Amino acid sequence: MSVIYWEEEMETLPRVGLESIQLRRLQHLVARVYRTVEPYRRKMDAAGVKPDDIKTLADLTRLPFTVKKDLRDNYPFGLFTVPLEEVVRVHASSGTTGKPTVVGYTANDIKTWSNVMARALCCAGATKGDMVHNAYGYGLFTGGLGAHYGIERLGATVIPVSGGNSKRQINIMKDFGSTVLLSTPSYALNLAEAMDSMDIDPKSLSLRVGIFGAEPWSENMREEVERKLNLKATDIYGLSEVMGPGVAQECLHTTRGMHIFEDHFLPEIIDPETGEVLPPGEKGELVFTTLTKEAFPIIRYRTKDISRLYYEPCECGRTLVRMEKVTGRTDDMLIIRGVNVFPSQVEHVLMGVDGVEPHYQIVVDREGNLDTMQVQVEVSEGVFSDEIRVLENLTKYIQTEIKDLLGVTCRVKLVEPKTIQRSEGKAQRVIDKRKI
Amino acid sequence: MLVEQIAVFLENKSGRLAEITAVLAENNINIRALSVADTADFGILRLIVDKVEEAKTVLKENGFTVGKTTVIAVEVADKTGGLANVLKCIHNANINVEYMYAFVNKTGENAVLIFRFEKMEEAITALKKDGFTILTREQICEL
Repeated sequence: MSVIYWEEEMETLPRVGLESIQLRRLQHLVARVYRTVEPYRRKMDAAGVKPDDIKTLADLTRLPFTVKKDLRDNYPFGLFTVPLEEVVRVHASSGTTGKPTVVGYTANDIKTWSNVMARALCCAGATKGDMVHNAYGYGLFTGGLGAHYGIERLGATVIPVSGGNSKRQINIMKDFGSTVLLSTPSYALNLAEAMDSMDIDPKSLSLRVGIFGAEPWSENMREEVERKLNLKATDIYGLSEVMGPGVAQECLHTTRGMHIFEDHFLPEIIDPETGEVLPPGEKGELVFTTLTKEAFPIIRYRTKDISRLYYEPCECGRTLVRMEKVTGRTDDMLIIRGVNVFPSQVEHVLMGVDGVEPHYQIVVDREGNLDTMQVQVEVSEGVFSDEIRVLENLTKYIQTEIKDLLGVTCRVKLVEPKTIQRSEGKAQRVIDKRKI
Repeated sequence: MLVEQIAVFLENKSGRLAEITAVLAENNINIRALSVADTADFGILRLIVDKVEEAKTVLKENGFTVGKTTVIAVEVADKTGGLANVLKCIHNANINVEYMYAFVNKTGENAVLIFRFEKMEEAITALKKDGFTILTREQICEL
């Protein structure tokens, strides 16, 4: 199989060369962030570390971590390193207590992002001759636009179809001859189901490869997607705090990990309890430092995603380290149909409703190919009524509030008091029945 | 004129109604009238009992969510058009019915209609004006 690279030199650089580029970029980044962003400066001062202390890549561990709370505390633009005049785009994702996490990009950042995304597409075997069906959501979510710009940068044809309306999507696939599909893996299965109901044989379509991400998925699911859509399914990784889609991508030669575009995103694996960096190959929390971002660089960002790093050379010739498919989270974040959901956000909504008790449980399941979320709420005397209408209005109200804040449709189920299990210490808020 | 009614929240799972009635029986509480309103997920049991406060307390002690509201009990002759006449009066007064249920007394001569109206006081005035018999809780319990 011939390998297509987007930036061959960088993607196949011997590690010594790569590391010297990483170090130089890291030193520039730390100096600039220290100079321009007060919260970073304060944290570094408190840790007793100065930009000049970064002499080797190993000195990275001397820098304090950045966590989601830092983003929230500096909402919306407090961690930007450039004046807003230079920011050409912002994206946002839902936060843990209602405030979204905001990220910004300069024109150069968009170029970098487009390039790494073009690399990801090449990694999956896409070329400028492809018709790329981009079913990631367009909007504040980084998925749609992030992928879009990369597809254009590659020179392929992008169909900016976004999510939803599966039947129309399939007609477009058929009529336009889509060859590459980008979507969440669960939406891919949804499309397969719609194809089936329309009596369309996936073999009659031109789909060749899929680039799926934004939610956890298993090897079993990969097989199912490949079989039902008659394509090769690859995994992509990204998060808005670091860039968006295009941080790492699986190549066609292995399913053992996604290549991280390390000249831009420097990964570490740490013990989530102690914060210590773990030896190569060990499982732990993935941490990223952006090396080239201008508007919103981030130092040692704790992703809370659990993974491990493989430094062994890959058959495809890329020298870039691979990260294992994300296998879990260190926190209680749920990903429902591609949307990040924290139980605390649901709690926040419930606490805003008069008379609702702080006893609730979230039951997540997968019906067919779509994630479902049920919120069970105990009916206290404060909200109880002898009229059905009043209770139905209550469930509708909670549903709407959750949809507004989290962007996820859920079902609210009223349950009798004391039926939600009380546990000693930390309550079990989430029951995840999905088999991922 | 207003009759106290207790309402109990019921999750749709088997045995809940049996538990409630068992609790009431153990405590010697007599149910005079009841209705269950249900949706796909839950139900509301509405009860008129002889000992309201006691019923409320024992059900709460057994972990149920209990509410207390008032309803109006109208006694009509158990004959064709009995309910229709009451509803005509209520409609003429421009009052909405939230819910209703009914039972027939022991002699079988009269029916008792239990109503929750949108506007309770106005409903009483309208019913009285048209000469309907409104029962008190004591009267219901004696039936």
